Amino acid sequence: MTISREDIEKVAVLARIRVDDEQVSALENDLGNILDLVDQLSAADTDAVEPLAHPLDAVQRLRPDEVTETNQREAFQAIAPATENGLYLVPRVIE
Amino acid sequence: MHNKSVAELSRDLESGKVSSVELAQQFLDRIKQQDDQFNSFISVTEDQALADAKAADEQRAAGNATPWTGIPFAHKDIFCTSGVRTTCGSRMLENFVPPYNATVTENFRKAGAVCLGKTNMDEFAMGSSNESSHFGPVTNPWGLSNGEKRVPGGSSGGSAAAVAARLVPAATATDTGGSIRQPAALCGITGLKPTYGRVSRYGMIAFASSLDQGGTMARTAEDNALMLNVMAGFDPKDSTSVDRAVPDYTATLNEPLKGLRIGLPKEYFSDQLSPAMEEQVRAAVKEYEKLGATVKEVSLPNAKLAIAAYYVIAPAEASANLSRFDGVRYGYRCEDPKDLMDLYTRTRAEGFGTEVKRRILVGTYALSAGYFDAYYLKAQKVRRLIQQDFINAFKEVDVLMSPTTPSPAFAQGEKTSDPVTMYLEDIFTIAVNLAGVPAMSVPAGFVDGLPVGLQIIANYFDEARLLNAAHQFQQVTDWHQREPQ
Repeated sequence: MTISREDIEKVAVLARIRVDDEQVSALENDLGNILDLVDQLSAADTDAVEPLAHPLDAVQRLRPDEVTETNQREAFQAIAPATENGLYLVPRVIE
Repeated sequence: MHNKSVAELSRDLESGKVSSVELAQQFLDRIKQQDDQFNSFISVTEDQALADAKAADEQRAAGNATPWTGIPFAHKDIFCTSGVRTTCGSRMLENFVPPYNATVTENFRKAGAVCLGKTNMDEFAMGSSNESSHFGPVTNPWGLSNGEKRVPGGSSGGSAAAVAARLVPAATATDTGGSIRQPAALCGITGLKPTYGRVSRYGMIAFASSLDQGGTMARTAEDNALMLNVMAGFDPKDSTSVDRAVPDYTATLNEPLKGLRIGLPKEYFSDQLSPAMEEQVRAAVKEYEKLGATVKEVSLPNAKLAIAAYYVIAPAEASANLSRFDGVRYGYRCEDPKDLMDLYTRTRAEGFGTEVKRRILVGTYALSAGYFDAYYLKAQKVRRLIQQDFINAFKEVDVLMSPTTPSPAFAQGEKTSDPVTMYLEDIFTIAVNLAGVPAMSVPAGFVDGLPVGLQIIANYFDEARLLNAAHQFQQVTDWHQREPQ
């Protein structure tokens, strides 16, 4: 299984990770090897097998719709890189 | 004092032979004197520990002691500790101080245990050698006397090395594909990965949520039982936590093993296993026969597909979980981002290490349009086949036994150049996580002066049987008492 340079650039954008040009060939090699390993799966006969998402086949537990958490905005924002007036600061999005 | 188990220290505290403050100070001194050679701690919380020890002594004086009151231990740096830096081995969280405690943290705190610090680990628990930590590799205490620098295994390598070196009697750990059992094996200690859902994942920084499970590391099976007594149980804050009664895991340690049915999966005694390792494991199984167990060969025909399935499912889940690290709400943020996209992509490029980025990219690829069915859905189907193998095996036997790893601790740097070679280190441990069953690693001998681990696997929620089997083995062997020089 080979993975192309274009694939890696596309996946890097999806994953929001900057990949520099000089890193791409190492990634082509490493990801190609990992996908080779993973390709063993194609040999398995899985017709009529249900996918397993949870080892105990549990489903999402529901709880009463009640307020249980208290507002801790200040504690949570104290560890943020940049805040102002209770808001998280990011670079300008809309001109 | 440093060679004593949690159970022994608990008795010494109860009889007044030693105080919690004295105990904390002694272990803190050992960490200070010795951890330079191992690098098993990322943070040592001396002031907090001494304050907690003083409070523990007061609790005991007031007649409110539990078996854990005043016992020193360490947390893997993946469990959130309120007010104490929690890094997960990553630059991304180098300065992250959580505003809350993990449920596991809270449980030990309520029991009165004294946390001495946070142990080193592979970044975001991704690794089998503790070499992917942003805070530097951990060195295995075994082999050092010959001048060898060997890996402790991973990802819970710091916890395993700290327990092996007697810097703490016990430490918490987590296991997504072998991260408790493999380092326990390589460091010659006892570790347990419970059934998926047995221990709360709340506040345990997520890697692959359908596989992650918190667990225990100590030198004896009895201490693992004491730890699990504190850690196990339903937690409404974890949506996959299981609501099921928790037994007293120490109560059944002394049950006789007569009639225990042991299965040896033939796929785990393959040519990947070195003859010297196999000899040690077979000798351990012989000990069980002497204790009255019966042994038969069984088969896990799909186990050979476990690594392939895991390296789709775990990276896919990791890519989703780690999307939360965006440089906005907490954690690392790059300097002078020019726009929002630059903030995200550069924060993540600079904040994550090589192996973490590799896995996020693989996971993103496997989940992307056009590949989802071929990779993720296919891997989940194979996962069911693997689970079915275990269900079938446990119709015939009570426990499965195998080597924990194909070989003993390898040299630092030996497997870092090729990720796939590193992944194969977990060849005997990964299927257990895919099935969600509990498993242990128990010291079972030495090869070339390095510890060998025996893996014992049980059916869902049968941790008590695992601990019983391990404890009985430790009554007739002393591998778990051997101390690295």
